[in-house]
Amino acid sequence: MFAKVANPTAAFAPGSAELQVQLRRAERSKKIWALVLIAPLFLFLAVTFVVPIARTLFLSVENPELRDMMPDLAAALQAWDSDGTPPDSLVRTFAADVLTAHENRTLARVGKRLNFSISGFRSLLLKTARRMPPQDSPDLLAELTALDKRWGERRYWAALKQASTPYTVEYLLAAVDHQFNPDGEIVEKPPERSIYLTVLARTAWISFVVVTICLFLGYPIAYLLATIPTKYSNLLLLLLLLPFWTSLLVRTTAWLVLLQNQGVVNDLAIWIGLWDEPVQLIRNRLGVYIALVHIMLPFMVLPLFSVMKGISPTHMKAAASLGATPITAFLKVYLPQTLPGAGAGILLVFILTLGFYITPALVGGPSDQMLSQFIAFNASTAVNWGMAGALSLLLMVGVAIFFSIYSRLVGVRDLRLG
Amino acid sequence: MALPPYATISQRVGYYGLRIGCGLVFFFLVAPVLVIIPLSFNQDPFFTYPMAGYSLRWYEEIFGDGPLSILWQRSFVNSLLIALCSTLLATVLGTLAALGLNRAEFPFKSTVIAILISPMIVPIVVIAIGAFYFYAQIGLVGTHLGIILAHAAIGAPFVVITVLATLSGFDHNLVRAGSILGASPVRVFRKITLPLIFPGVASGGIFAFAASWDEIVIVLFMAGPEQHTVPRRMWSGIREHLSPTIIAAATLLILLSILLMLTMEWLRRRNERLRGINQP
Repeated sequence: MFAKVANPTAAFAPGSAELQVQLRRAERSKKIWALVLIAPLFLFLAVTFVVPIARTLFLSVENPELRDMMPDLAAALQAWDSDGTPPDSLVRTFAADVLTAHENRTLARVGKRLNFSISGFRSLLLKTARRMPPQDSPDLLAELTALDKRWGERRYWAALKQASTPYTVEYLLAAVDHQFNPDGEIVEKPPERSIYLTVLARTAWISFVVVTICLFLGYPIAYLLATIPTKYSNLLLLLLLLPFWTSLLVRTTAWLVLLQNQGVVNDLAIWIGLWDEPVQLIRNRLGVYIALVHIMLPFMVLPLFSVMKGISPTHMKAAASLGATPITAFLKVYLPQTLPGAGAGILLVFILTLGFYITPALVGGPSDQMLSQFIAFNASTAVNWGMAGALSLLLMVGVAIFFSIYSRLVGVRDLRLG
Repeated sequence: MALPPYATISQRVGYYGLRIGCGLVFFFLVAPVLVIIPLSFNQDPFFTYPMAGYSLRWYEEIFGDGPLSILWQRSFVNSLLIALCSTLLATVLGTLAALGLNRAEFPFKSTVIAILISPMIVPIVVIAIGAFYFYAQIGLVGTHLGIILAHAAIGAPFVVITVLATLSGFDHNLVRAGSILGASPVRVFRKITLPLIFPGVASGGIFAFAASWDEIVIVLFMAGPEQHTVPRRMWSGIREHLSPTIIAAATLLILLSILLMLTMEWLRRRNERLRGINQP
């Protein structure tokens, strides 16, 4: 723990060189010990968390299919300047590689990759492989075009070339609804194939609405908690934390049960006479807002509460005694002091809502799905890891921007849990 | 802050308005969780009040010995096993790291803290697909170990934060006193540091336990049928057919949450008492 002191009397003489050496040595050993203690978790997270995520994000720019399965074709495509019709040698390499890949049963994977650029490419490839014209025909391209006229279109060959580079930005472009045209220029996708910008806007909008509702519901709650005696506020805090501690799936189940057409809320409202027919409260946007606000409200209240707790009630009394109306006193004296808490709450709720997956998936309709849903869909159902990686990168960038604002404003060291 | 006797009408309106409004919000927060508890005792498979009669049949579907019950019981065992192992791992690693962070200043400390707590901020679906893709290559998908490792990663930041918070009021002279009196560093840690930071370690552990127990997205991607946890069973139940058995399972989980929450509250009060921060 402490460095051994060789000669106590000399060492403790003020300003002595030995004392300084000793102090420096003690300081250094403290630092080394600190690093030794941190290292296990750091390495653990690096292996189980950082590397896997970095690997997945990197998938968004990788382009391995054509290069792995049809290396000769990939090399030939790289040499082609993609101007005009493909040269005869390229077409012959293509035909040979398609047949080889068909035999090796890897053609479908290449086709899946190419389908991402032009839909229908996979079936075109498989059809071509099954009915490949003889390799020694004088004009192979003409034979292919006779088999399927799409081989006469330049964009199919351009897509092949796009798929032959070691890295690609196609997935990242697709994540913002853009693509390459046959000339290699970046253009917008046709409207019927554009989905992700809408999803991004929807994700941001849902998060914004949830933050706003949480702020308006959470502010009075935090104020009440901060101004009533501790014995009551402790009890109310427990009530606030009960949903916070309750399993996410339990709460989502509860809303599904309560809000369905024959559920408790509809029955009650009809019984009271609020409305006559069951109203659709779930599997739509309303259900998503209700369930998300229910989950996020404690995250808004807690930072507000901890800031308000530190504001002396005498401030408001002083303002009142100086002639301010309650509203003026609130706006000029109280509100400005609570802004750090509000900022922390707003950012925290926004960051956490951006990444929501389970709740919208269960209580939302098809047009209420957020970005996370599409990441999960691409990773599991569609098995399009490039797209899953690109959308993850987009989500991570969004979260990182708001988290860096958060850490400037609040400081990661002061991050608190309830 | 009680209402003074000389309060004006607008003050009265504000006073009661605030309380009524907050009452409604608290009702919104708590009612959904509580309303479904009685429904789990409904004898009919409906989700409405009034209920025709009470029965324990939905609990029998969990604790009985039918084929579905076996699945439910196995999911409880899996949940418990995964949560306990990942909590242990997260608590040990997180406590050590917090002690290190508290011990000295060093370059890039803020960056290191940001990395250590990043699992709390990174969207869970990104963590899940990352773990799924990466762990598949080393044969950890469809194993308990894979889920435990991923859950420990998301649980560790909670421990780091709670232990750091406890350490912020920690008097380092106590450690020095122990050393001067001849105790080895290990003994100092066992006899002085650990008992004092224990509330923080325990609350961090409870957070980590809850994070794992409640986690569904990583499980959705990583778990084979052998690793299905309670949330995973509830998920398939909700997607296929919302049966009262799920409500019964939810009720059991609510009871567990209340237990965890009260333990946390007890630890918090104990910590405040130990550290002498006993505000009125």
